[in-house]
Amino acid sequence: MSSAVSVHELRKSYNGLQALRGVSFEIAQGEIFGLLGPNGAGKTTTVEILEGYRERDEGSVTVLGEDPATAGLDWRQRIGVVLQSSSFYDSLTVAENLALFAGYYMRPRPIDELIELVGLEEKRDTLVRSLSGGQRRRLDLGLALVGDPELVFLDEPTTGFDPEARRRAWETIGSLRELGKTILLTTHYLDEAERLSDRVAVLRDGQIVALGHPTELTSTLPATEIHYRRNGQDVVLQTEEPTKVLHELTTEALAAGHELEGLEVRRASLEEVYLALTREERE
Amino acid sequence: MNVFIHELRGEMKLYSRSRELAFFTFMLPLIFFVLLGSVYGSGDKINGYRAADYLLTGMIGYGLIATAFAGLAIVLVIRRENGVLKRLRATPLPAPFYIAAVLLTTLIAFAVMAACLIALGMILFGASFPKAPVSLVATLILGGATFAALGVAITGFIRRAEGASAVINAIYLPVAFISGAFFSQKHFPEVLQKVADVLPLTYFIDLVGDVMLKGTQIWSEPKDVAVILVWGIAGALLALRYFRWVPRED
Ligand SMILES: Nc1ncnc2c1ncn2[C@@H]1O[C@H](COP(=O)(O)OP(=O)(O)O)[C@@H](O)[C@H]1O
Ligand SMILES: [Mg+2]
Repeated sequence: MSSAVSVHELRKSYNGLQALRGVSFEIAQGEIFGLLGPNGAGKTTTVEILEGYRERDEGSVTVLGEDPATAGLDWRQRIGVVLQSSSFYDSLTVAENLALFAGYYMRPRPIDELIELVGLEEKRDTLVRSLSGGQRRRLDLGLALVGDPELVFLDEPTTGFDPEARRRAWETIGSLRELGKTILLTTHYLDEAERLSDRVAVLRDGQIVALGHPTELTSTLPATEIHYRRNGQDVVLQTEEPTKVLHELTTEALAAGHELEGLEVRRASLEEVYLALTREERE
Repeated sequence: MNVFIHELRGEMKLYSRSRELAFFTFMLPLIFFVLLGSVYGSGDKINGYRAADYLLTGMIGYGLIATAFAGLAIVLVIRRENGVLKRLRATPLPAPFYIAAVLLTTLIAFAVMAACLIALGMILFGASFPKAPVSLVATLILGGATFAALGVAITGFIRRAEGASAVINAIYLPVAFISGAFFSQKHFPEVLQKVADVLPLTYFIDLVGDVMLKGTQIWSEPKDVAVILVWGIAGALLALRYFRWVPRED
């Protein structure tokens, strides 16, 4: 099967600030792809280039077989978009908003089915201006799905949610998997990327610093940590050659005749990998 | 085409749901007309017209700038700043359909208001039926298109939704006054008269008086038409250049 999204050496600067410095990835059809990174990493820039909102400086981008910069209305029939901030007609109800947007598409999904999918049954006939933040975000998702798109872009769909609202949103996004949608999701929550995505790309400073299945990420990175204490100080070594490092460490300690207190060897969790990857940026 | 009709219906529903639009741009000219019309006696004259007749032309002018310019501009700025326009760009709704539906809704609202004003004038103040009705319709369309173009153009110069109404009110209310929507410009200081002489609303109100009260045809008033048209074309060019679908970043 051909890729739903293919991005090669994508670059973009804003007045000299390099927001994207050569980003490449592929998203297969039906895959849920997570773009994970801290604020300012370039997630929105990437997604909005793929949606056709922003122009790129360099690189090639193909989304559902077309270049988003020049793609037409037929292409827009096939994509669904959740922008980083919500927006609707506040003076219309949930159902009226969905019905208005449904009219733009050739094969819209039935409104009531959508309302159920995003869990807004009780708010069906409520004016949008009186919805809570989480409910608005779910309506956003409903509007992105109204045209029954093949590919859905979700830019930070759960930012600002409380844990309960986030769990519900995860369920909804999970149910899109069963519908066979291809999804590009951005988030700065590691657990969200890990939980929802088939593959995750970690974006930092406009570059992809790791890419793979959530469990692969832990092995492709400086993944083993050796902890011990020396002179009351905690020491942490990250290494990809734990056997060798450990051997050197213990040989040295034996020769010097001291104990490696609190010695511990463990595999870094994805969380630690992510923190390590993104920590460097702040320095 | 079905999509266009669908969008037009949606826009009309949105218009009818908006209390601010309904009051400030639709009801207020009607209210002013009734209040001010009651002030004049039946023998009073303004610019050679019966006072109530003159006021009717002024209120149609006021209604025009309130609906087609102010109301339209405020709605578009709010939709741009809250991201609705951006969202629309991601859908397969053709942009020309969207713009046309918004403009047509505005023009329909203005046409209904003008009809209400004329009906009120006839019922309450003994105004006569417009003397050159076809020319009046043409005048209303010309004015509607011109002020709508200016309304779209101004959105490019407003940066935030919060201040939008304030900025637009600060433009259209003085323009309505200076253009003689509420009373004759005869007693204005000379400076204001000079300003009035370049404003399109002055010429629109004058043209409405010509076709509605005197029965002149629109093509017999080339100067009025030309000034309005020049403003309309300038507005359209600025609109094309400065209209934005997305909020300005930064
Ligand atoms: N329109 C813009 N103009 C100038 N700089 C921008 C613009 N959009 C984003 N940036 C900058 O580009 C970088 C990446 O931003 P963004 O793509 O929004 O990151 P993310 O979505 O990961 O938080 C940031 O440094 C941001 O300040
Ligand atoms: Mg972002």
